[in-house]
Parts: sequence; structure tokens; C-alpha cells
Amino acid sequence: MDGIGVWQRLDIIARALCPSATLFLLVLASLLPLRSPTLAPVMPSLMLVGVYHWSIFRPDLLPAWAVLCLGLFHDLLFGLPLGSGALVLLLVQRTIHLQRKLFQNATLAILWAIFAGMAALAMGLQWILVAVLAGTLGSGDQMLLQYAVTLASYPVVAWLLLRTQQFLLS
Amino acid sequence: MVRPAGRVVRLATPLKSVAQRFSFVLIIAATFLAMLVGKADTLLIERLRTRVLDAVQPILLVASRPVESVDGLLQELREMAELRTINAGLREENRRLLQWQQKARRLEAENRALQGLLHVTAPPATRFVTAQVVADTSGAFARSLLLAAGARDGVERGQAALAPEGLVGRVVEVGERSSRVLQITDINSRIPVLIGYRRERAVMAGDNSPQPTVAYLSPGSEVRPGDVVVTSGDGGVFPPDLPVGMVASSGEQGLRIRPYADLGRSEYLRVADYQLPDLLDELSSSRGPAQPPAR
Repeated sequence: MDGIGVWQRLDIIARALCPSATLFLLVLASLLPLRSPTLAPVMPSLMLVGVYHWSIFRPDLLPAWAVLCLGLFHDLLFGLPLGSGALVLLLVQRTIHLQRKLFQNATLAILWAIFAGMAALAMGLQWILVAVLAGTLGSGDQMLLQYAVTLASYPVVAWLLLRTQQFLLS
Repeated sequence: MVRPAGRVVRLATPLKSVAQRFSFVLIIAATFLAMLVGKADTLLIERLRTRVLDAVQPILLVASRPVESVDGLLQELREMAELRTINAGLREENRRLLQWQQKARRLEAENRALQGLLHVTAPPATRFVTAQVVADTSGAFARSLLLAAGARDGVERGQAALAPEGLVGRVVEVGERSSRVLQITDINSRIPVLIGYRRERAVMAGDNSPQPTVAYLSPGSEVRPGDVVVTSGDGGVFPPDLPVGMVASSGEQGLRIRPYADLGRSEYLRVADYQLPDLLDELSSSRGPAQPPAR
């Protein structure tokens, strides 16, 4: 019987893993030390951009439990209260899922604008969660800076992910 | 113009939508469970963190090499442009440092002579472990660095991590081959320090901003911008008199310390293994193992 060959099966698995793999790499990339301030004053929240992007373009390949695991992985590595980052990412994913109509035929500018709003809410929520769970208030100035840098990094990261998507998933 | 490529998730039946929503609620519940566990059993979480860190450390080690090369390249280009000024600056600094070296040698000899006169016991030796910085988690909420050295290299919890210029932070988590350093600017960092030539005792407390604040300074102490801040060695974990920074301003935000070390730029840190002799250790080692008298 001509079933699906081994290579094709591997191909399907590889495609399914692609978004999660890129998110894993984004977590590691956001950990790398930015030695020179000329690149950026602070590292942007690459994970946020990644989850936003994949939730819009390939939500079928990014199940919620994958976002949970990657979010927990991110929290563990960054020393944040366990679950704080994960919850924020899950809510971003869910919001995008519920408001799918917004994203049909959206241009980059629209996606960026929506991202600006969502990132602000996401970071605000994370600020509250960290304050509640760890009892420490993050620095407001630093958070604004990180928000600005994340916003500025959106086009580059989204472009990279789009190219990856076109290369690996089409 | 970007169009959402790929299939849109189609809900075949209302039942599937209910199942999806239920599974999402389950996932959210799992997240809250994780938060509870994180709050309740911090030891478990710490062990999990060090395991994850150890697992990821080799990847980060390899990945940080290109960053270093790019950074090194930018540095080289910058220096080539300013070669002459850098050269003149280095010559002047060299001259100054040679003068300091002579003075330091004289003071060292004088110090030794005075210690001998006073029968001062020798301070405990400090061993240093050099470790590469492989990750930087600095953001709005936490400021820590990840090092590519762990328990197998002699790194222990609580040790001081130093850049060439001064103190960078304290080791808070140690895995087998990686460790996490809490920077002095982190909101949870509290380092006992001495300020100024009068060596006023205080605690340097981070608040996630680039300049930590000064806490627990006794009222009436005179501390001014420009005063040198060093570790006090209180608690016996940090070696005393490590350079930390300089008092930057005493404006409306209170006293702020400008760290000597450039916290974002460190490539290698030295972790100080400071062995404060334990009084009980000394007693037990001088007497030998206790033996019950033979009958």
C-alpha cells in the first residue's frame, strides 16, 4: 500500500515544528548579550513578536500548549516568575485567535499598529504579574524603553519570520 | 503588502469549538498552576532553572561567538579611526599607572612591616574563577547575567562576580556548568558597602535602573558625589574593599551610585571564591576528630 513515505512524514513533522522552533531560537537570541549600545539600548521582546506573527499567519501550527511550554522556558531562563511570561503570550495568542477578522488582508502597517497596541497591553500585564508574583516593581523607564525597542524591532523580526515561512512552509 | 498566507483555521463543528475553548481553559489553568508552584516551591523551581540553564549553556556559548566577533569588528573599526588619540591617551595612562605602581609597592612594603609589628593575622586568600558571559537577561524586570562556569569550576552561590573595573553582581544560581549572576542594578540586589574615605556603612540597593540607590545610611553621615564605594565584606561572603563605584548624585532621587563596571559590556567575569575561615573549622582542625575516651 502506498502510504506516506518516511521522508514525507519527516517533512510533515518538520513543518509542524517550524514555528515552535523559530520561537525557541528567538528566546535564545533574546538572551544573547548586546555588547555595544549602538545595536540597541536593551534587548527587545522577540518572543512577543514571534508569538504575534505565528498566531496570525499559521495558528494551526502553533498550539496553545506549545506557547505554554515555550513561555515557561522563557520565564525559567530569564529569571522571571514562572508562568508570568507564559500567561501573557497565551493571552496574546488567544486574542488574535478571537479577533481573526482584523488580520485578514492586513498590510504591514496595520499589523505593526495592532502590534503596538497589543505589546503595550502585554507588557503592562506582565508588569502587574511580576509585581504580584515577585513583589518587585519593574523600572517604568526601562519598560518604556523595552517597549519602544520591541516596537522598532517588529518589522525586521516579522520580515525574517515571513521569509522563513515562505522558505520552509510553502 | 502582506497577506496572511496559509490556511485559516476553520471550525468544522460547534463541538470542536467547545473542545478548543475547553482545552484553552485547561492550558490557562496549567499556567496558573505553574505560577502557584513558582511561588510555593522555589527550591524546585531553582533546580529546574539550573537544569535548563545547563542544557542551554553550550548553545549560548557557541551563539555568543558571532556576537563577539561582530562586536570586536565594530570595536576595531572604531579604534582604527581614532588611533592617534587612543595612542596618546594610553601613553599618558601608562605613565600615571607606573607612578601608581611605585606608590603601591611602597605602601605594600610599609603595610607588611606594620602588620608584622601588630601581629595581624593574614587575610584569607581569594581564588578567582574566570567565566565567559554567555547571556544577558537585562530588561525591565530583572537584570542578570549567565556565565559559562558552574559547580564543576568551583563557582558557588553568593560569590562576587567582578569585571576588571569593579563589582558586577552576586552569584545566585549555580548549575553544573553554568551559573546566574544577579547584577548590582537588579531590584533584588542588596550589597553592604562602605562609602567615602570615612567608610560610612550602607547598603547598595538596585532598582532595575542603571544606577543603584543607597539605603540604610545612618543620618548625619556626610556622603558627597565623588565618594568611592567599596564592598564592606559584611556577612563574610564578599571579600572586603572590592571597588564598586562612585557616588553619582544626591539629587531629589536620593543618593545614586554609578558603578565602575560597564555592566552591559562585560565579556568575562571573575568570580571570587572567598574563603572566610570558619571559627568552628579552626577549632575542629586544631583538635583533631573527637574520640570517646577508651574504657
